[in-house]
Amino acid sequence: MKRLRIALLLMLCCFGREADVAAMSTRETIEYTLPRVVKLFGAGGLRGLAGYGTGFLVSKDGHIATAWSHILDADRVTVVLNDGRRYEAKLVGAEPQLDIAVIKIEDLTGELPFFEISSAKSVAVGQRVLAFSNMFNVAAGDEPVSVLHGVVSAKTDLAARRGAFQIPYDGPVYIMDAITNNPGAAGGIVMTRTGELVGVIGKEVRNSLSNTWVNYAVPIPELTKTIEAIIAGTYVEDEKPDEDAPERYRPLDFGLVMIPDVVFRTPAYIENVLPGTAAADQGLQADDLVLFVNNELVQSARELKRALGALESGDRFEMIVRRKNRLITIQLTAPKKTDQ
Amino acid sequence: MPATEMEQGRIAIVKRLGSFIFLMSASILGCFPLNSYAVDQSVLDAQQRRIDVIERVSKTVVAIFGASGGGGGSGVLISPDGYALTNFHVTSGAGDFMKCGLNDGRLYDAVIVGIDPTGDVALIKLLGRDDFPAATLGDSDTVQVGDWAYAMGNPFLLATDFRPTITYGIVSGVHRYQEPASNNFLEYTDCIQVDSSINPGNSGGPLFSDDGQVIGINGRGSFEKRGRVNSGAGYAISINQIKHFLEHLKSGRIVDHATLGATVTTRTDGSVMVADILEDSEAYKLGLRSGDELISFAGRPIRSVNQFKNVLGIYPKGWKLPLTFRQDEKRRTIHPRLRALHRASEMVFDKKPVEPPQQPDGPKPDGPKEDPKNPEKPEMPQIPGHEKPKPPAEYAHMLVKKTGFANYYFNEQEQERLLKSLRATGDFSSLAGPWTMSGKTGDGQEFKVVVEDQSVELQQGGEKFVQKLGLDASPSDQPPGSGGLLTGLAAYRLLLTGGKKPFSDTYYLGAEPLDGNGPRVDVLVSKWITTDIRWYFDQQDGRLLGFDTFLSEDSLPCEVRIPELRDVDGRQFPTGFEVRHGGEVVTTYEVSNVDLATTGSEK
Repeated sequence: MKRLRIALLLMLCCFGREADVAAMSTRETIEYTLPRVVKLFGAGGLRGLAGYGTGFLVSKDGHIATAWSHILDADRVTVVLNDGRRYEAKLVGAEPQLDIAVIKIEDLTGELPFFEISSAKSVAVGQRVLAFSNMFNVAAGDEPVSVLHGVVSAKTDLAARRGAFQIPYDGPVYIMDAITNNPGAAGGIVMTRTGELVGVIGKEVRNSLSNTWVNYAVPIPELTKTIEAIIAGTYVEDEKPDEDAPERYRPLDFGLVMIPDVVFRTPAYIENVLPGTAAADQGLQADDLVLFVNNELVQSARELKRALGALESGDRFEMIVRRKNRLITIQLTAPKKTDQ
Repeated sequence: MPATEMEQGRIAIVKRLGSFIFLMSASILGCFPLNSYAVDQSVLDAQQRRIDVIERVSKTVVAIFGASGGGGGSGVLISPDGYALTNFHVTSGAGDFMKCGLNDGRLYDAVIVGIDPTGDVALIKLLGRDDFPAATLGDSDTVQVGDWAYAMGNPFLLATDFRPTITYGIVSGVHRYQEPASNNFLEYTDCIQVDSSINPGNSGGPLFSDDGQVIGINGRGSFEKRGRVNSGAGYAISINQIKHFLEHLKSGRIVDHATLGATVTTRTDGSVMVADILEDSEAYKLGLRSGDELISFAGRPIRSVNQFKNVLGIYPKGWKLPLTFRQDEKRRTIHPRLRALHRASEMVFDKKPVEPPQQPDGPKPDGPKEDPKNPEKPEMPQIPGHEKPKPPAEYAHMLVKKTGFANYYFNEQEQERLLKSLRATGDFSSLAGPWTMSGKTGDGQEFKVVVEDQSVELQQGGEKFVQKLGLDASPSDQPPGSGGLLTGLAAYRLLLTGGKKPFSDTYYLGAEPLDGNGPRVDVLVSKWITTDIRWYFDQQDGRLLGFDTFLSEDSLPCEVRIPELRDVDGRQFPTGFEVRHGGEVVTTYEVSNVDLATTGSEK
């Protein structure tokens, strides 16, 4: 079963997004994730600084992404896999602004299971998630790391400090209602219950205003380029991410005419559905309100445009609309574009 | 299940955001009436199932308070006659008599029964009813990471009406090992880690599986700098461990855990080997040596030191467990008896109040004594007439203090239960004369044995063996290689004729699997001259299945097993004896003639 799933994932990598990954059950998600999360042991162990942490495998060759932290201040970091195998690893590169580092297992024989981080998408508030980490160093040897459950309660920018210092990362984070950010948890992974990557658990930090501990994860898409560049050896610190959102598809491409986008948050109401189009085939009607695209909340007409614009040729996606007081789920496929 | 869970997730999102979206759109497009959304039936079903489970099992959850109003915690009823499980660190703070609240709002008296300080478990008995609602014990070995789990209890002593607080979460890890506090007490081996909130006052309360079976007893958590409140990692003692100790706890004893008498270490190749072994340990006597590689222990593969500790930690002292190891390329399995983890002098918990030792990660405190800064902390319920820790008069007889026991009263009850079942096989009390048994051994030799007060004499295959008894006797290995068969037979005659009276001390030990892998048997221990005799009783019909004679504390016993009984002059008497020593069968005796003489008669 597991092998089948890996094969499926491989197929996805090879053939692009021909088919959506079948959603995993919670148990399958746990079974899939645990072998891809590792326990790290390095510098620390003094003055309340834990000498242990968490990382996750991002290549078959033993590249591990983790939080950029003091445990990496050692010549070698000990990596303990889910099955108890122990390796030494060395720092490959880090981006302190993003609080991310990549280490690599030395003398690895064979290949390891890993997360396909390029496939990660953003998730919506309300998404049910699982958090995997070696918090409190509970797991030892061949014991798998701890699994917590929770919900993404907010997506926001992080303004937090660690001790007296403002932390460098101020980008978007997911805030969770589970106590995920414990000692040793930084570098752990957050997944949806259905097996999609969500984010990397950050260090223990306090909200700079309320002085409360923050349970947050940095969205994987914020880190993908950096991690991939560090692995490829092409990472340059000042690289700026591409700000321009793609606009590959418009609502009209599916046969949807939206109400005019007149205010800051115009609701994504459908004004008209063109006959003979995919939207009409799926039964969408005028006055339907688009609420979700691929489980992500669509707050405005502008967000709908952005969500559709980011689709790739042939993508299958799900749309939830409200009609009177009913919720209706629609499956659509982005039309093939051969001339791109 | 996956589809359902996805569905649940989606509906939850939609429900949460629905009203927000409504307001947003309404502001632009005018108003329309807000109706309730149709909720997927699977979500309603799941919710109803949770309601049903909570309704059913809440009745079994106990809020424990010290009789003096100090201390407190939680517990769970496991039998209609009132036995309830909790943590040792709860009862040690609450005292021998406690007040226990159930969710019917009523307060019951309770008395301490037995304690397991190493495992942080205590058994108490609620009094005054024989129809208490009791929880079902589950199988904690089937628990998997990701399973839903309910923690129930009285965190922060919030419930003044004794209705339990319910926190719902998932299993975060199984077979966890948490280091003991000082002196090997409060060691959590093979425990269950959950993210269900466990807070001060939850200690001793049950962890229920999704279908409402008890899978653990909540007792501790990882806290570090966030203070003594839930930080996402709580630990429950696995119910399977407690099942091993249940009869031991019912014995009213202070129960000890075990050691193999050996230390183990992990080799570079990941295998686990014996680093050091005590030469007087039973494992050593049965052939285990340092350098040997451990393969499995109690039926579980051993691939790390923690796994070894996890297996060892869930069994009581004195149990025999199968141990498979590799020595000089050869695989061997032995059944060593586990020795005590603590010396008797370390197992004294009489000086009150016994504070729970501090645990490395910060223990679960025993109630709401902490946090004096919090003005909103509820007051301890006042119990009229019990401001002072005075045992209730009607139950005062149910607490008997004795060295080595938390409450000897319950041991006496169990002793009487077993001796009564023995008496049911016949009244031997008048047969205090010599007992003569003869017949053939398994290999065809004639034998005759005469058991008297002052000596035991065995003639077998032309040889004669004598064991002198009496005040200055020194029981020895007679016949040689048996481990002390003749002494054992003498003790057997005394037990049948005099019950516990002939022995200097007799107590109920608890239960263990017969010979390491047989059915669970009740064990009665008698001390006689310099020996210890362990009597094994069938748990179903109360029949005496055999007895082990230990000539000294560290010697391998003479194991006598009684395969069958037959009628002899209106009494049930063995058809024979199987005698074993050091894991080998020494002789089987088939008894064809029996003469049990009354006092004064001649043979």
